Amino acid sequence: MTAIPPSGGWTGRPVPRVEDAALLTGRGRYVDDLPIAPGTLHAAVLRSPHAHAMIRRVDTSAALALPGVACVLTADEVRRLSRAMTVGVKADVEAWPIAVDRVRYVGEPVAVVVAADRYVAEDAIDLIEVGYDILPVVVDPRTAAEPDAPTLHPSLGSNVINERLFRYGEPDAAFEASSRRVAVTVSYPRNSGTPIETYGVIASYDPGEDAYDVTANFQGPFSIHAVVARALNVPGNRMRLRTPPDSGGSFGIKQGVFPYMILMALAARLADRPVKWIEDRLEHLSASVSATNRVTTLEAAVEADGRVTALRWDQLEDCGAHLRAPEPATLYRMHGNMTGAYAIRHVAIRNRIVLTNKTPTGLNRGFGGPQMYFALERLMQRIAIELGLDPLDVIRRNLVPAGSFPYRTATGALLDSGDYQAALTRAIDQGGLAGLIETRRAARAEGRLYGIGYTAAVEPSVSNMGYITAVLSPAARRKAGPKNGAQATATIAIDPLGAVSVKVASVPQGQGHRTVLAQVVADALGLEPGAIRVLADVDTARDAWSIASGNYSSRFAPAVAGATKLAADRIAEKLKRVAAGQLNVAAGEVDLANGRAQARGNPENAVSFARVAAAAHWAPGTLPDGVDQTIRETVFWTPEQLIAPDDEDAVNSSLCHGFIFDFCSVEVDRLTGAVRIDKYVTMHDCGRILHPGMVAGQVTGGFAHAVGAALLEEYAYGPDGSFLSGTLADYLIPTVMEVAEPVILHYESPSPFTPLGAKGVGEGNCMSTPVCLANAVADACDFDDVTLPLVPAHLADRLAAEEKPSRETPTRTAVPAKPGERKLTGEGSALVAAPRQAVWDMLLDPKTLEAVIPGAHGVRKVSSTRFLADVTLGVGPVKGRYRAEIELSDLDEPGAVTLSGGTDGALGFGRGSGRITLAETAPDRTTVHYAYEAVIGGKVASVGGRLLDGAARVVIGQFFKSLAAHAGGGKGNGSGLLARLRRLLGRGA
Amino acid sequence: MPKLTKSERYPVRFTLNGRPVEAWAEPRTLLTDVLRHGLGSTGTHVGCEHGVCGACTVEIDGEPARACLVLAGQVDGQAVRTVEGLEPEAGRLSVLQDAFRRHHGLQCGFCTPGILMTLDCLFRARPDADEAEIRDHLSGHLCRCTGYAPIMRAALDARDRFNQARREETHA
Repeated sequence: MTAIPPSGGWTGRPVPRVEDAALLTGRGRYVDDLPIAPGTLHAAVLRSPHAHAMIRRVDTSAALALPGVACVLTADEVRRLSRAMTVGVKADVEAWPIAVDRVRYVGEPVAVVVAADRYVAEDAIDLIEVGYDILPVVVDPRTAAEPDAPTLHPSLGSNVINERLFRYGEPDAAFEASSRRVAVTVSYPRNSGTPIETYGVIASYDPGEDAYDVTANFQGPFSIHAVVARALNVPGNRMRLRTPPDSGGSFGIKQGVFPYMILMALAARLADRPVKWIEDRLEHLSASVSATNRVTTLEAAVEADGRVTALRWDQLEDCGAHLRAPEPATLYRMHGNMTGAYAIRHVAIRNRIVLTNKTPTGLNRGFGGPQMYFALERLMQRIAIELGLDPLDVIRRNLVPAGSFPYRTATGALLDSGDYQAALTRAIDQGGLAGLIETRRAARAEGRLYGIGYTAAVEPSVSNMGYITAVLSPAARRKAGPKNGAQATATIAIDPLGAVSVKVASVPQGQGHRTVLAQVVADALGLEPGAIRVLADVDTARDAWSIASGNYSSRFAPAVAGATKLAADRIAEKLKRVAAGQLNVAAGEVDLANGRAQARGNPENAVSFARVAAAAHWAPGTLPDGVDQTIRETVFWTPEQLIAPDDEDAVNSSLCHGFIFDFCSVEVDRLTGAVRIDKYVTMHDCGRILHPGMVAGQVTGGFAHAVGAALLEEYAYGPDGSFLSGTLADYLIPTVMEVAEPVILHYESPSPFTPLGAKGVGEGNCMSTPVCLANAVADACDFDDVTLPLVPAHLADRLAAEEKPSRETPTRTAVPAKPGERKLTGEGSALVAAPRQAVWDMLLDPKTLEAVIPGAHGVRKVSSTRFLADVTLGVGPVKGRYRAEIELSDLDEPGAVTLSGGTDGALGFGRGSGRITLAETAPDRTTVHYAYEAVIGGKVASVGGRLLDGAARVVIGQFFKSLAAHAGGGKGNGSGLLARLRRLLGRGA
Repeated sequence: MPKLTKSERYPVRFTLNGRPVEAWAEPRTLLTDVLRHGLGSTGTHVGCEHGVCGACTVEIDGEPARACLVLAGQVDGQAVRTVEGLEPEAGRLSVLQDAFRRHHGLQCGFCTPGILMTLDCLFRARPDADEAEIRDHLSGHLCRCTGYAPIMRAALDARDRFNQARREETHA
C-alpha cells in the first residue's frame, strides 16, 4: 500500500478496470460457465407458432417416451404447483409464465421438456403434438383499442387494460388562450437492447424444506423477487435467488428472465433434479421481452415566439399479450418529466394501456424515454417550422430557467440541479454547430439532402419505486398504502488482516461497478483501489438487498456508489476513533491516508491501517467507548425526495435529472435512402463524474443502441402476428460500420440529492438520439413526419414518391409486399408427356403424389377429395417435418382443380391454395399450369423469411418436374438448369 | 472420415491452444458445446448460434471460424486456438488484450473473446492492416455495450505496438 493517491483522490480518475483481466482471458463467469451439480438436467421450451389460438390438446406421450427425457412441464402442472403472476394494475386478468388454455403471441411457452441434455430436450420438443384452434389476431395498438377488436383476455372485455386521465395546472384555459396550436402524431416502434448473452437459469427444489434455489442472469429490480416467490407459493426466504458474477449485457432486458425463473423452478420440482436452461437467440428475439411500441398524439398551445404554454398528451401504450411486472412502468417512468427540459406549467395527459398479440414488454434501456422524447422533440421541431422560427430558439425559449433549481415540474418531478442554458451554449460553441450550418448550406447548394437535428432532454435516474402507483387512482392508492423510495445498500467488511471487502447488490452487466466502488472506498479509507475487493452479484439468502436492488434506471453512480460512500465514511469514522487512542490524538485529528492512520500535521505519528482495522477482531476490549466494532458496516440509503405520488397525482418519478443537449447533421442519399451521420454532438450534465472512461462508455454505448433504434431495428410482425425478426440477420443491430463516434461534451452540476453528487448517465442517449437523428432526417428531406426505423428502403420510396408526384407507383420487378407480410405467390407451368386424363389421374393418386411431392413420406387418401401427408422440407437453415392436409375443390375433371390446405410442424405452419389447370396442347402432351398463394408462419417465418420465396418456387418447380418425369419423360417448361436458376432468382417461370 | 451414425458418440481429437485434447461427440454436436461443456473452455461464448454475432469465433488451423457453425467432428486432427490461448502466461495480458483494457474496449466482455480471435488472426496474417481493413474484419462482430469506437482504438493501438515490437526485434 505504497501508491500515493492522486491529488483529489481516486474517484473521478480513469483507472483501469479490475473486471477486465478475467474477461479478456476467457475467465469470465457467466451463467452458462458456472459449475452445475452432477445430474443436472437441461430444459427446452416448446413455443407457440401462432399469435392467437385456443389450445385444443397437448399430447406429450411421444416426447416422454424418448430416451433421456425426464419430464414435460405443461400448463396443468404449472397451475397445480404455482399461482398466477402479480399484475401491476387492478384488472380481472391472470398472467402465467406459460400459455394456459390459449396462446396470445408467437413464442409463448406451451411446454417445457426436461432431458439429459439440450439436444435430446429439443428432439423431444418436436415430438409434442399440440392442437390449436386459431383465433383472430390483433397486432396494431390502435386496432386493438377499438371496441370491436378481437379480445385477448375475454375476462377484461376489452384490450384496453387501463386508462387514466391527468390534469396539471389549467391546460384547457391555456389552450383556449393560446395563439397557435401545433400537434404531432407518432408511432414509436418495438425494439430491444438484445444483449449478446441470452437468458440463462439454473434451478433446483428441496422438497424437504419446500424451498427453491435459482441462479439466473437476472438484473433486477429485486421487487421481482417478490413476484417470483408469490408465484411459486413460498415465502421469500424459501426462494433463494442468485446472480452470476458476470453477465453478458442486459440493457433492461434481463429483468424479463423472471417468468423463466418460475418455469425452471417448477421444472426442477417436477423432475426432482436441478434443471438448467439457456435461451437460444430465436427464443430471445421472439419471446424474451421488448420495449413497448407506443402511439402518441401530442399537442402544444404555443405563443407567437414559440413559447409553449401547455401540452396535451394522448399516449396509447402497447404492452403485448400480458401485462407483466413491472409494466405498465414504461409508460409511467417519465411521468414527472412529461415536460422534458422545458418550463411548461399546464399539462393534460390521457394514458391508455392496450394488449396485443405480441411479446409482453418490459425493461429496455431508456425505458419510456425514447417513446416520450420522440413525440416531444418532434413537436418542438414542428413548432419551429410551423411558426417560421429557428428550432434552436424554440428550445432555448422553453428551457427551465437557470437559477430555478431544484425545480418542480408541472407533473411533479423535482429537477435537482443544472444550468441548461449554459450547457447548451457550451455545446454549440465546443461542438461546432456553426460549421455544420455552413456545411448544410453548401451541401444544399449542390442539391444534396443534408439536415441538422436538435434535442434537449432531461435524463431521469434512480427511479422512485412508487411512481408506478400513478397507474392507480388516488383512492386506490390510499387503499393499497403508499409506495415510494429507492433503497440502495452497501456493506463494507474488514477481515482479521485488515483487508477491505465491499458488497453491493448492484448486479452489473459490464458497467465496471467493482472498479468504481474500489475508487470510492479507497478514498474514504486512505487506501489504494487495488487493496479493495468488491462483489456486486447477489445472493438473496446471504446479502443485504431490497426491492430497488439491481441495475436499472441508471442508479449505480447516484445511489449504489452513494450508499457505498456512506458506509465507507461510517467505518472510517470508527477507525479514526480507534486510531485516536493508539496515536494519542483526538479522533478529529486523525487522517486515513497512504494505508495508514496518522495524526494530522504530524504524519510521523502513524499506525498502519491494518493494525487499526484488525483491532476489532483481535482485541475488541481495546476499542474505545462508543465503537462497537469495525468488522462490518451495512448502510441502507433511500433519498427523502422520493415521496409517494400525491392526491393530485404529482409524481417525483426519479431522484436525479441529468441534462442532455444533442445536435447532429446527417446526409441522406437521394437514390438509396441511406442515412449517413456526418457529425453527432452530445452534451451531458450527469453531475459529478466518478470515472470518465466509464461515463464515456455509457454514452457511446447508449448512442450505438440509439443509432440502431433510429436507423435499423424493429421487431417486425406480420398481419397474422407472425414474428419476422427471428435472427440477427433479420433484426439488424448496428455494426462498427454504422456507428459514428459521437463528440461527447460535459457540463458538471453535482446533484445536491446524492452522496457523491453523481447522476445517472446510462440511458440518456437512448432517449435523445433517436429523435435527434429523426429531426435531422426530417430537416434534410423536408418531411413533416418521420417514422422509425429510418431504413433506406422506406426513405428511398418516400423520396422517390415526393420527387415525382405525378408518376404512378415506381416500377418494380416484384409486387411489393406490405411491410412484414409473409405472403408467397407464384405461378408457372410444366409440359408433361401424357394425355390430359392420365395427368389428372396421377394428380389424384396418392402413390403418384408420394413419388412426386418433394420430401413426402406417406400420402394417404382420406376421402375422394382429402389427402394427408408427412413431408420433410428444408428452407434455408431450417429443416423440419410437417403434417400436411390437402383438400381438392372446384373439380373440373380433367381440366382444372383447386388444391388448398395447411401444414403444421414443429418449425411452423402454412396455409395456401393453388389452382391447377391442364391443357392438352398436343397429342399425349399436357401443359400443366399452376398459380398459388400461401401464407407461412411460425419459426420458419421468423428465421427463414428471406429465403421463403425462392424455396417455395424451387419446391413447387420440383413437384411438377417430378410429375413430368413420373409420367414418362417429357419436359417441364422451365425445368432446365437455367430456368431453375431464373426461378431461384425470383423471376418466375 | 468414417461413416458416422446418428446418436452414436465418437472421439474427436485435436489440439486446443497447443495441447492435444480428446472429447466425445455425436455427429451433430457443435464445436462450441465440445469446447465449453466437454473441455471446460468456457471463454468461447455463444451469442446467436447462427453465425451472425461473432462471439464464438475461434481459430481453426490458422483461420478464424464461427465455432457455432462447426460440428465438433470437423476439427478432428486440426489445431484450434481460443481466447484462453492468447495470454503469453497466466496473469500477463497479450499486447492485444492489454490494448483492450487500456482503451475500455470492453464492458460486459461477452463479445470480446470472438473479437480478440478475429483481430489476432488478422494481425498475424496482415500486421500492417489499415483502419479500413480492421473495420471490415470487426464488422463481423456485434457488440451491444461499447459503441465500437473504443474497440477500434484498441485495435489500432495494438497493431502499432505489435509493429513497433517487430521493428525493434528486427533492428536488435
